Amino acid sequence: MSRQAGRGTESKKMNSELFTLTYGALVTQLCKDYENDEDVNKQLDKILFLVCSHRGYNIGVRLIEDFLARSNVGRCHDFRETADVIAKIAFKMYLGITPSITNWSPGGDEFSLILENNPLVDFVELPDNHSSLIYSNLLCGVLRGALEMVQMAVDVKFVQDTLKGDSVTEIRMKFIRRIEDNLPAGEE
Amino acid sequence: QAGGAMAIFSVYVVNKAGGLIYQLDHYAPRSDTEKTFSFPLDLVLRPRDERVVVAFGQRDGIRVGHAVLAINGAEVNGRLTADGKDVLEFLSNPANYPVSIRFGRHRLSSNEKLMLASMFHSLFAIGSQLSPEVGSSGIEMLETDTFKLHCFQTLTGIKFVVLADPRQAGIDALLRKIYEIYSDFALKNPFYSLEMPIRCELFDQNLKLALEVAEKAGPFGPGS
Repeated sequence: MSRQAGRGTESKKMNSELFTLTYGALVTQLCKDYENDEDVNKQLDKILFLVCSHRGYNIGVRLIEDFLARSNVGRCHDFRETADVIAKIAFKMYLGITPSITNWSPGGDEFSLILENNPLVDFVELPDNHSSLIYSNLLCGVLRGALEMVQMAVDVKFVQDTLKGDSVTEIRMKFIRRIEDNLPAGEE
Repeated sequence: QAGGAMAIFSVYVVNKAGGLIYQLDHYAPRSDTEKTFSFPLDLVLRPRDERVVVAFGQRDGIRVGHAVLAINGAEVNGRLTADGKDVLEFLSNPANYPVSIRFGRHRLSSNEKLMLASMFHSLFAIGSQLSPEVGSSGIEMLETDTFKLHCFQTLTGIKFVVLADPRQAGIDALLRKIYEIYSDFALKNPFYSLEMPIRCELFDQNLKLALEVAEKAGPFGPGS
C-alpha cells in the first residue's frame, strides 16, 4: 500500500506484502468461520461497507474521508469523472496500481475497471473447494461504502477474476442513483 | 498575547446531522476583572439566563454584559454562589461586605455550545437556500468586529468551524489540515464510533499543535 501524501512532510509508504499477507490471513480465517463461500463474500464486502448503523468499524466510510482530506478532489458531477478519480487517484494512492477503464455502457452509467497486478492476490492460488469465493470482494465493499458517503449509490461486483482462470480481473460498476436524502446543504 | 498578535479562539466539528461532535476553546481574550467592593454595590446587577450580569455601570474594566464569575475567589455556579446561596441575595446583605467579585465574559456551557452548533448548521443551510445563484455553498465565512467564523464543509457533510481573530491568515489551509487530522486520529482509531463525540487524546494533541503552528506561521505549506 503506498500513499502519496502522508502526514508531515514525508510520505508514508508501507510494504504491500504486509497488507496482502494480513488480508490473506483474514480471508482464510473467514473461510474457517463460515460454512460457505457466499457468507465469506458477504463478510468481506461488509468490512469495508457501511452497515445501516453509523457505528462500528467499517473501513470504506472512513477511507473516503482520508481520501478527500488528502487528495483535494472536488465533487464529481458525472460518472465518467468518478471513474477517473477512482482509477487514477484512489487506486494509485491506496494500492499503487492504476486500473484501466473500459466497457462503458451506452447510457454512461456502467463501466469496468480492469485490474492488472491486483496486490491482494500476489501469492494466491484458489483451491477447488473455494470455487465461489470472490477473494478480493473487499474492494467492492470499499468502493460501495466510499461512494455512498459522497451520495452515490453504486452496484459493484467482480465479473472476471484471474484467480478463476479469466484472462483479466474486471470489476463492474453500475450507477444506481444519487442519494438525495443525505446530501449536505449547499451541495445540490 | 500582545496587540497585533494573531489568535485562533476556538474550533467546532459538527456532524452531518448538526450535532456537535467536538469543541475546543483554544484561546480566550482575557477580559476578567477582579475588584473588591464595599456596601452598597455601585453596579446594577440583573439575573439573565442562569447568570448574574452587569446591567448598568461600567468602570475599571467591568463592562455591561459581563457576568459574575466568582465571589471571594470561589467560582459561582450560575446564579448561585459556590456554597449554594443566591448571588443577588448574598450581595444585598451588608454583612457580607467587603466582597471581592470577579467579572468577565461568561463561559459558554456545553449545552449552549451544542445549541449554537446546531443553529449554525441550519444557518449554513439557509445561506445556500437564500442564495440568488444556483449551486451556492452554505456560509463559509461570517465576520464580526471581534472575530471571524470560518466554515469548511466536506463532501460527506462534516463541518469544521474555526473562530479566529479577523486578521488571522491561513485559515483555509488550517481547515484542510484539521480535516486531515480528523481523518487520521478520529477515523482511524478503531474505537471511535462514527458520528459520535470525538474523545481521542491524539486528536486533541495534533489539533492543538496545528493551531499553534497556524498562529505562529500563518499559512501552511502545500501538503503539510
